[in-house]
Amino acid sequence: MPSLEDYKGQTPAWCTGCGNFGILNAFKSAIVELGIEPHQFTIVSGIGQAGKFPHYLKCNTFNGLHGRTLPVATGIRLSNHNMLVAAVAGDGDCYGEGGNHLIHAMRRNINVKLFVHDNQIYGLTKGQASPTSTEGMTTKNQPFGVFSEQLNPMALAVALDCSFAARGYAGDIIHLKALIKEAISHKGFSLLDILQPCITFNKINTYDWYRQRVYHIEPEYNPEDKIEAFKKALEWGDKIPIGIIYKNHRPIFEERIPVIKDNPLVKQPFDKLKAAHILQEFY
Amino acid sequence: MDYTIKIGGEAGQGIQTIGDTLAKVFARTGYHVFTHQDYESRIRGGHNFFQIRVSENPVTASREKIDILVALDHESIALHKNELSGSGLIIYDSSSLKQKHDEPSFLDVPFSKLAEEHGGEKIMSNTVATGAVLGLLGMDVDILKGILNEAFQKKGGKVMEGNINAAVTGHDFAVKNCTKCSFSLAQPSKPKMLISGVDAIGLGAIASGCKFYSAYPMTPSTGIMNYIAGKGKEYGIIVEQAEDEIAAINMALGASFAGVRAMTGTAGGGFALMVEGLSLAGMTETPVVIALGQRPAPATGLPTRTEQGDLNFALYTAHGEFPRVIFAPGTPEQAFYLTNKAFDLAEKYQIPAIVIFDTYLADSEWTYEGFDIEKIKYDDYRLRGDAFHNLPEYKRHAFTENGVSPLGVPGYSRHLVVTDSDEHDEEGHIVEDAETRIKMVNKRLLRKLPLIKQEIEPPVLYGDPVPEIVIVGWGSNYGVMKEAVDMLSANKKIAMLHFSEIYPFPSTDKFDYLKLLGNAKLAVCIENNATGQFARLMRTETGFEFKAQINRFDGRPFLLEELTGEINALIGRL
Repeated sequence: MPSLEDYKGQTPAWCTGCGNFGILNAFKSAIVELGIEPHQFTIVSGIGQAGKFPHYLKCNTFNGLHGRTLPVATGIRLSNHNMLVAAVAGDGDCYGEGGNHLIHAMRRNINVKLFVHDNQIYGLTKGQASPTSTEGMTTKNQPFGVFSEQLNPMALAVALDCSFAARGYAGDIIHLKALIKEAISHKGFSLLDILQPCITFNKINTYDWYRQRVYHIEPEYNPEDKIEAFKKALEWGDKIPIGIIYKNHRPIFEERIPVIKDNPLVKQPFDKLKAAHILQEFY
Repeated sequence: MDYTIKIGGEAGQGIQTIGDTLAKVFARTGYHVFTHQDYESRIRGGHNFFQIRVSENPVTASREKIDILVALDHESIALHKNELSGSGLIIYDSSSLKQKHDEPSFLDVPFSKLAEEHGGEKIMSNTVATGAVLGLLGMDVDILKGILNEAFQKKGGKVMEGNINAAVTGHDFAVKNCTKCSFSLAQPSKPKMLISGVDAIGLGAIASGCKFYSAYPMTPSTGIMNYIAGKGKEYGIIVEQAEDEIAAINMALGASFAGVRAMTGTAGGGFALMVEGLSLAGMTETPVVIALGQRPAPATGLPTRTEQGDLNFALYTAHGEFPRVIFAPGTPEQAFYLTNKAFDLAEKYQIPAIVIFDTYLADSEWTYEGFDIEKIKYDDYRLRGDAFHNLPEYKRHAFTENGVSPLGVPGYSRHLVVTDSDEHDEEGHIVEDAETRIKMVNKRLLRKLPLIKQEIEPPVLYGDPVPEIVIVGWGSNYGVMKEAVDMLSANKKIAMLHFSEIYPFPSTDKFDYLKLLGNAKLAVCIENNATGQFARLMRTETGFEFKAQINRFDGRPFLLEELTGEINALIGRL
């Protein structure tokens, strides 16, 4: 069984007090509790502070481009569907630059686990608005305030019948750890949007701001009721629900591909002579 | 025997079916065939044609003069009547075209009436036309019957029988009514292989062990995806239609990272979206093969036509410096073997490899005696299973003598495979220090480059070994240039120099082509673009400057008579 010690990675380059530390600790605990060894899974990450995440633990890593985590993760899963594949991205990364890929990953229902570090701001480029920034928030780039409506990833996920959609909070590590375990254990594409204070650039959505608003979704809530889920997804403001908003049991993409029914692609041998008889089809 | 048959009509009339079927009949008869298509970017209407050249000798280009025109609409007659050779014929159906032509070169064949009477359905009129062409040529209808048998097997006996009757009727009608027919046929021989450029790329990928192909449809590359998708189940290949080209290349990189051979394909516009992914392949040293189909641009350009305008784009695009190889096959045969070489080099050196082609090569069908699967190279350069697991330590981007680090497959060993689009250390973790940066650029780029260059074959020389006139080209102009040499070599010392392995630019170690060019009286660079991109590459790489260039950039390929005319004009000015 792996221990937390096995997951000790590089020293994080995040600001002291960054919400990312809570996510990292919750993730490590979750993966240790699930008994997953470092070599048994791959994290694909993008660019931004979240993109550095896999370097700070131990795992197979493809730290790719801004916005492109999901296509890479999809390619990995299709080559090797025995491997656990997680994608880690920020709000700008996943909801801005990579929005199209998110939509289509939900449609495909590829069994990838997506963790979005949602701090409602751009950190690495020093404080511009992100798709989840509060309407009206002023920044150096948005001196008159953000005009665009704040993206609601949970409502988007419910609308697209995303197989698993949940919201966590980086300041509630025990709850977050449980959600991470649920997301990993769920069969199907999982989106876990993690609210995360950016202590340097986001002066609106602070630890205090979140603490006053987030609440655990009631135990009697049924996340498999899509209409109720949509109502829950629309809750934002004075009260922000955290927990599993929606889930369903759609068949996963990998299981629908006849080619990999018996064996992952990467385990299928190749013999060029088998391709020889294909030439006869051209006569 | 050297005949050209043109089938003209609107999109949706079945021109391609007639053309494909005739080409197959000729190839099975043992004749050599060259086909090319000209179509508009629309699903119905407009004017399209399919041109077939058939001979007992290898044919590799289209000619201007046609011997049989199958006119399915008025426009075909108006546009192509003047291309008819002295003894040429036009067949048409006066009742469908609602017009009668009494000139001796016209033969009215009631395609749809014969189809209804003998086949049972009007839709079989194209089969009547196909049979009629064979009748005009004086060919037998048996091979066509066999092809129809295969084509309609799934649709059942009635459709198959109807089509066979339609073919026989068309054939017999032509034999009986064509008093002017004077075609003479060569002896049939061993059936030939008939293959198009896109199918050859797809076939080359399958034979190279490609396991994953992700793409977004775009002319002229879509045929590759269609072909591989059709074979996916049989050969264990996943074909995924991505949401856009950005996803397509990133999926391929993910698949490659996870341990399978992966490819993507697109046209210039889609390649523009892939460019950041190309750079990612360079930085993460992830093998990937990219088929890049050129069509006239900028922007959407002439979507269904041909051009060689993206050479500079393929050479210089993507941010940063990293190695790449670029192959530009000139024939389906080269497309098959060079796609294989692209897979081999991509994996051996962990780089992106680009196979650049164009609409003309994509759609053209050529005949061959056959391809040799034994010549296909398949070495698995990846580190897998126990061999990987038992290593005492592993670093994905380890510094090595030749710059090539071990390419481990993640998941099946205790070692971790880590890579990054940021500059990274040997393990794959993000770094910023200058010393590691320098060492990594040395490893990733400078050490590999000379090794990759050694893999590149020199250009092909065809014609006079000590030529006074050298025509130089790359990619799809191979066929027309080769035949131009044949036509002009009777009274001239002429040769063709054809480049299909473009980058890294071939050295002169194995063949001193620069000396050959230097000794010639005239060296002409022939390209389907406006600015002579290859000529400029040649000057940049070798210092050799072409004094003469022939460029065509109207979206159409060079035809044989046109090209020889232009070459003759240049010779005349010497």
